[in-house]
Amino acid sequence: MIELKGIAAAAGISIGIAHKVGKEELAVSRKNITEAEIPLEIQLFEEALIKTRREIIELQKRIGLEMGKDEAQIFDAHLLVLEDRMLIEEVISRLKQDKLNVAFIFQEVLKKYVSIFEKIEDEYLKERISDINDVGKRVLRNLLGKEKTGLSNLTEKVVVVAHDLSPSDTAAMHKNRVAGFVTDAGGKTSHTAIMAKSLEIPAVVGVENATVVINTGDTLIVDGTLGIIIVNPDQKTLDSYHVEEEKLKGATERFFSVKDLPAVTLDDIKVEINANIEFPDEVPAVKLHGGEGIGLYRTEFFYMNRKDSPTEDEHYRAYKYVAEEMNPYPVIVRTLDLGGDKFSSQFQIPHEMQPFLGWRAIRFCLARPEIFKLQLRAILRASAHGNLKLMYPMISGIDEFRQANKLLDEAKQELRTKNMPFDEDIQVGAMIEVPSAAMTADILAQEADFFSIGSNDLIQYSLAVDRANEKVAYLYEPSHPAILRLIKNVIDSAHKADINVGMCGEMAGEPSFALILLGLGLDEFSMPPQVIPELKYLIRSITLDQAKGIAEGALKLSTGKEVAEYAQDKLREILK
Amino acid sequence: MALIKKKLIVKNKQGLHARPAALFVQIANKFDSRITVSRGEEEVNGKSIMGILMLGAEKGSSISIEADGADAQVAIEELTKIITSKEDL
Repeated sequence: MIELKGIAAAAGISIGIAHKVGKEELAVSRKNITEAEIPLEIQLFEEALIKTRREIIELQKRIGLEMGKDEAQIFDAHLLVLEDRMLIEEVISRLKQDKLNVAFIFQEVLKKYVSIFEKIEDEYLKERISDINDVGKRVLRNLLGKEKTGLSNLTEKVVVVAHDLSPSDTAAMHKNRVAGFVTDAGGKTSHTAIMAKSLEIPAVVGVENATVVINTGDTLIVDGTLGIIIVNPDQKTLDSYHVEEEKLKGATERFFSVKDLPAVTLDDIKVEINANIEFPDEVPAVKLHGGEGIGLYRTEFFYMNRKDSPTEDEHYRAYKYVAEEMNPYPVIVRTLDLGGDKFSSQFQIPHEMQPFLGWRAIRFCLARPEIFKLQLRAILRASAHGNLKLMYPMISGIDEFRQANKLLDEAKQELRTKNMPFDEDIQVGAMIEVPSAAMTADILAQEADFFSIGSNDLIQYSLAVDRANEKVAYLYEPSHPAILRLIKNVIDSAHKADINVGMCGEMAGEPSFALILLGLGLDEFSMPPQVIPELKYLIRSITLDQAKGIAEGALKLSTGKEVAEYAQDKLREILK
Repeated sequence: MALIKKKLIVKNKQGLHARPAALFVQIANKFDSRITVSRGEEEVNGKSIMGILMLGAEKGSSISIEADGADAQVAIEELTKIITSKEDL
């Protein structure tokens, strides 16, 4: 029995059999061949190409059915690379010339192309490198006669163990066959963590050496709440976790029983519990979990994975649908937040040394008013159909907020001339996620209609820590005293100016932190839909005075660790 | 058999990149003729997506295409359309 520690990424407990995937290094040895063996090697190569082609087409068909045509189009590019004449001809001519085994030569030729493409400064070509690697690996696997270990052919329910999981790995996976996730890399907000949370599958990430210690076939306990993995547990541990698993199921039922009741404290103070969404088709999940509104509607997806630009009507239709579905509850649309880790292929955003400090979000929008105004007009038009609000991401000071509002006024004027209806009193908020905005919240509060604290970025900028870097991810502490003080300042400044403050980062959906936030006076909590029932249950179990006491206690502590432990203790007391 | 060579300026705003590059290769592969594309010293197989991408031909760059074979005439005509199209492809 071995216990491994990692970062708790998606809560819950699951017990299952380990299945290691991805990042397998295909060991290719270099072998001399004789003149007579050349035709045989060429035949091997051709067979591998044909087999790979079949695999890609099959995968494309399945993805097309499961996830739609757009996702399946990625594989057109893969086929183009696979059938590339230059590549094939070069492999065959070098095979004849160097008299080495075809697998080795193929790998060498592939490396050559990748290194050429890596030198060209071009986002599009950078994307193609991953296509080339992906196809190359498939061909090599077939050349070496290895079975593929991809996530697509899981047949029984397993715990997926990997160094890291890319979006394409997870896209190829049958979701009902995964009981848990364990990865070497990543932090609380890595792709794996976000996906596991939305699928409600327990996950522990940033487990150093997980892929070294764990073997396929090991029995694993994944404790996604505490961030612990137990490899091949003894019977006693297994039994106690089985009990824990059952208890957890009971708790879930308890939480679900209050999901459709309002989020009021025992002393009758009402707060808003809203959901974060990215796609309109998430609205049913929001309603199912008892969400009262949308606290963060991300809009970047319009620009991802496509070569052309979305039209104003395309934006409008999506916003209108969400506004109508949620009416009379509020929907807060966040304007375009591209850049950082969210890239789009159609705008030539240059490669940056520090993308999170670079040309992103509102900075990009103010520099490209034609793109920004197109979105603003669409939001305004949709505001005629429901309770829509809008907010600007990455505001660093009042100047940016004013500039954005000036463009908003222009967009309104354009609609008025066209006699297009919109909500003249639409509320406009500022996201508070840059420390300078948090420090000057009193100034911003004079002109903003509301605030929404983007805690993920606020923490990363304030603590100067890249949350995706596993070497420093431990420093990413929502409970850090600096963060609590910043949040307190934002809430106090907002309330002095008589405006509401919400939070749409991960922190708002963490029960122990939510206690502190409630005590600090947060008015609105926005989170993934799945967490809503638990948060409602929590808020309905406490008085505002109790929460204030907890917040005051937390503010007196000097380290993030102390605050986190203190909050956990308080949470246990309340949920007892 | 015919060998036809033509000099062109890339007009598409994406250059010979992304979708236009993919389209170029797909069309080139429909013909029996050997197709070569060159830009300056660099000369690549016009039926290869890797080759075309490696040229890095942006909008406004000057390239030549060469077709060698029975259907060279039609091949050059069709490929010219892609390179000189200003529309989004």
